[in-house]
Amino acid sequence: MTVVPSIKRDYLSKLAKQGKRADGRKFDEFRKIEVETGVVSKAEGSARVKIGNTQVLVGIKMDVGEPYPDSPESGVLTTAAELIPLASPDFEAGPPREDAIELARVVDRGVRESEVVELEKLCLEPGEKVWIIFIDIHILDHDGNLFDAASLATLAALFTAKVPAERFELGEDYPLPLQEPPVSCTSVKFNGVVVLDPSLDEEEIAEVRLTVATDKKGDIRAMQKGLNGSFTKEEIKKIIKASIDNGREIREMLYKSIGK
Amino acid sequence: MKSEVKLIDNDGKRLDGRKPDELRKIKIEAGVLHRADGSCYLEWGGNKILAAVYGPREAIPRHTQDPLKAIVNARYNMAAFSVEDRKRPGPDRRSREISKVISEALEKIVLTEKFPRATIDVNIEVLDAEAGTRCAGLTAAGVALADAGIPMKDIPVACAAGKIEGQIVLDLGKEEDNLGDADLPVAIAPRNGEILLLQMDGHLTLEEFDRTLDMAINGCHIVSDLQKKAIMEKYQSVLEVE
Repeated sequence: MTVVPSIKRDYLSKLAKQGKRADGRKFDEFRKIEVETGVVSKAEGSARVKIGNTQVLVGIKMDVGEPYPDSPESGVLTTAAELIPLASPDFEAGPPREDAIELARVVDRGVRESEVVELEKLCLEPGEKVWIIFIDIHILDHDGNLFDAASLATLAALFTAKVPAERFELGEDYPLPLQEPPVSCTSVKFNGVVVLDPSLDEEEIAEVRLTVATDKKGDIRAMQKGLNGSFTKEEIKKIIKASIDNGREIREMLYKSIGK
Repeated sequence: MKSEVKLIDNDGKRLDGRKPDELRKIKIEAGVLHRADGSCYLEWGGNKILAAVYGPREAIPRHTQDPLKAIVNARYNMAAFSVEDRKRPGPDRRSREISKVISEALEKIVLTEKFPRATIDVNIEVLDAEAGTRCAGLTAAGVALADAGIPMKDIPVACAAGKIEGQIVLDLGKEEDNLGDADLPVAIAPRNGEILLLQMDGHLTLEEFDRTLDMAINGCHIVSDLQKKAIMEKYQSVLEVE
């Protein structure tokens, strides 16, 4: 660990012992979330999400192509993330690296495994022609918790996306076939303290991270632990509880932003 | 080139209702990003551009350093979802060329000799594209550089003019760019009129070129005022808070 993070670590740990965080939040409190949809006219669907100073833009493009041989009657979904150098002094230009790939895969899994998009309804001709959905995640400003910002922006973009049937002379445009979305909440732990929605400073000193996606009923739909630290069973239960509670509020906000 | 679409109607109005010497609608906002040292969000017609400046900071790898001055490293990038058919992420030949000409234009205006061995990184992201992205990108970069407090001789600004159906017009729109006869993007330093970027494709007579260039430069001056207004707005509100 270099000098700056270790100084930050001392400072944030000292604050945490007094039950405080650097920006005045409670341990289980999110930063202010803003969701704006329809921000890119060329995209089939798009959304810009701000969580505190973190800003993520997601655009959905669609095309007609061949299905995978193992699922000939299902549409295709691909997710890519770019940590463009615009967003942070530490991001470099070039092909996506480990962290961008993990981010894209975690978001992809959240969308795919929860079956938000009804891919079987996106088949045009079995084995021949299906809709392909491209989810492109653009990080604009990195101040921590890219996972939740990217997931939320992806959902908001999907929910406002229109299948561009007209452009492909396949009839009228229509909304994507979608089901109830899961909402993901990320927590990190440092010096024995667990905090929800980590800022960049908190992320930099984090020993371990856990992302929990929960659905409308409060059931768990996906999890991902990251980094080389560990949690106790009690900590995990607390994180799940906080994720369900916050997930509920975030879901309300998502519905409001997409006019549902 | 003869086109099916009529780009100018009998009253001299263009497809989007503009007069020949009228710009598309432009909106500029300075300082929109938290991490960047300077930033700018710009809407120019259907273009949406975000520019961020980092630096001056040490140029890495070291062999890229210039012992006498800073390098200006502009990177123009289009989001995959910014165009009709999804663009593959990452640089292609077009975006590399645009990055190069913008870097060179900015290098002329930044006081690079103040920061030996440093780099000033200018990231231009095209989020939504509709003709004229290089001019919009360079204009956004100018505001972002000013917002970052980079010492410059002037705030660079760009605008294009061109020829459609034999007539010289300012700031080509999407169909005009595709179906028109010529496009001439120009960047200038507005205070002394130095030309920092100049490209042309199409066909112009010498006389037409003169008129087109004058019109583009006029456009630059109008956009320049909007740039300055955006910077004033940002810093005025800072002063008011204090």
